[in-house]
Amino acid sequence: MAGQTLQLPKIRVRGRSFMALIIAPEYPLASWFEALDQQIKASADFFADRPVVADLAAVMAETPTRDVAKAVLDGLAARHLRIIGIEGVDPALLPGTRWEQTPTVLHGREVRSVSPTQTSINETEAPATVATPPAPSLLIDRPVRSGQAITYEDGDIVVIGSVASGAEVVAGGSIHIYGALRGRAIAGLGAGASARIFCRKLEAEMVAVGRLYRTAEHWGEGLQGRAVQVLSDRGSLRLSAFN
Amino acid sequence: MSKVMVVTSGKGGVGKTTSSAALGAALAQAGQNVVLVDFDVGLRNLDLIMGAERRVVFDLVNVIHGDAKLPQALIRDKRVDSLSLLPASQTRDKDALTEEGVGRVIDELREKFDWIVCDSPAGIEKGATLAMRFADVAVVVTNPEVSSVRDSDRIIGMLDSKTRRAEAGETLEKHLLLTRYDANRAARGEMMKVEDILEILAIPLLGIVVESQDVLTASNLGCPITLHNPASVAARAYADAARRLMGEILPIDRPSERKSFMSRLFGRKAVA
Repeated sequence: MAGQTLQLPKIRVRGRSFMALIIAPEYPLASWFEALDQQIKASADFFADRPVVADLAAVMAETPTRDVAKAVLDGLAARHLRIIGIEGVDPALLPGTRWEQTPTVLHGREVRSVSPTQTSINETEAPATVATPPAPSLLIDRPVRSGQAITYEDGDIVVIGSVASGAEVVAGGSIHIYGALRGRAIAGLGAGASARIFCRKLEAEMVAVGRLYRTAEHWGEGLQGRAVQVLSDRGSLRLSAFN
Repeated sequence: MSKVMVVTSGKGGVGKTTSSAALGAALAQAGQNVVLVDFDVGLRNLDLIMGAERRVVFDLVNVIHGDAKLPQALIRDKRVDSLSLLPASQTRDKDALTEEGVGRVIDELREKFDWIVCDSPAGIEKGATLAMRFADVAVVVTNPEVSSVRDSDRIIGMLDSKTRRAEAGETLEKHLLLTRYDANRAARGEMMKVEDILEILAIPLLGIVVESQDVLTASNLGCPITLHNPASVAARAYADAARRLMGEILPIDRPSERKSFMSRLFGRKAVA
């Protein structure tokens, strides 16, 4: 193979997080499995294709035997649950069964208990384990021209210049405009009602904070052309002039 | 060092073609080698305004597609030696233009001319974006009227993002040319004021061209206004604008209100 190197493919590894369901059988097993059957009958989709971790701690506390472990796990599998992990079992009990290869050491973080009446679980609700850094802001040091739409969900937007008619500024936090606001400003996509909009000259077409919005015909002539802040105050949008 | 100048506006009918012809002729009269390029494929007007409609053999699309060489398509103006025209096609449409083809034509024109004036079509689609793509200088033509101002603002946003210069992080010189201005109507509040327009558009003012009957006369005669009637107010405004483009600093002549005879007599503004 002199003079030739094989181009090996690059191994790419991706990460994904999703929520697994933890199911913990209890004695008496017959009635527990009957209850499970009823549950599956009532909401068939609940377990469908969901990764399931079997927590056998309660069962193993009373009867720590391989036969019992195998019977319980086989019972779950027979009901088409996709067991991806087993907890609460001494791993020495599993060799010789079909559960030998199933992971028994699992790292994860408990989420709030899931109600079986939910037929779909939002997997993205798994909490972030990293503390979110303080929200940075986006600085735009030229006018925002008509037709341009600036969106910044991670924090505030500061514009040095005006926002033209037909332009749109959308922020997760607050919006500060050192100029005239002639277009649309939508604040608080992330921060909600605590966000505000500030401008030197209000000539806006529409403003919104969180879920509340107002078009220009609502606030009348009194505030036109003045330096104004827009905030959400006890469930309604309030516009007030600076002096 | 040749300069590619795009004359654009967004809004239609504000005076792009008139201004392209007038500015181009004024630059040529000042001794520069100028070519006017019509980018309005399918709705060409520059050839009419220049009085060359009976001499068009080949056009920009022919050159791009290789059906003709550039010198075959260029039409030299009969009145000013250093002024030429590259007309657009009337039978095709804007899809016949390609960025690569336009780039080649512009590069070839740069070798022969000091100024390449690109007359943009109205709108923000392919014809307009290709007209501005290779520009070094932009003249944004605006009427003192709300929809024209908003459309000009949109075009300025596109000049700052969709041109080669903007993508390379370089500055594109932008100038505002206010056309069809009527000082009396502005004073009465019927027309937007110059200050308000400058505040909204925030680009330097190149000149103010008043509404003028000479413009229609000149275009019907097929002659740019700066050649047809150089003494008229509009022609002088264009001539001054051309000098500013060449780098001269000239104060802008603000058209004042023309008092009517009656108001002069009684010292009052005419009230509706």
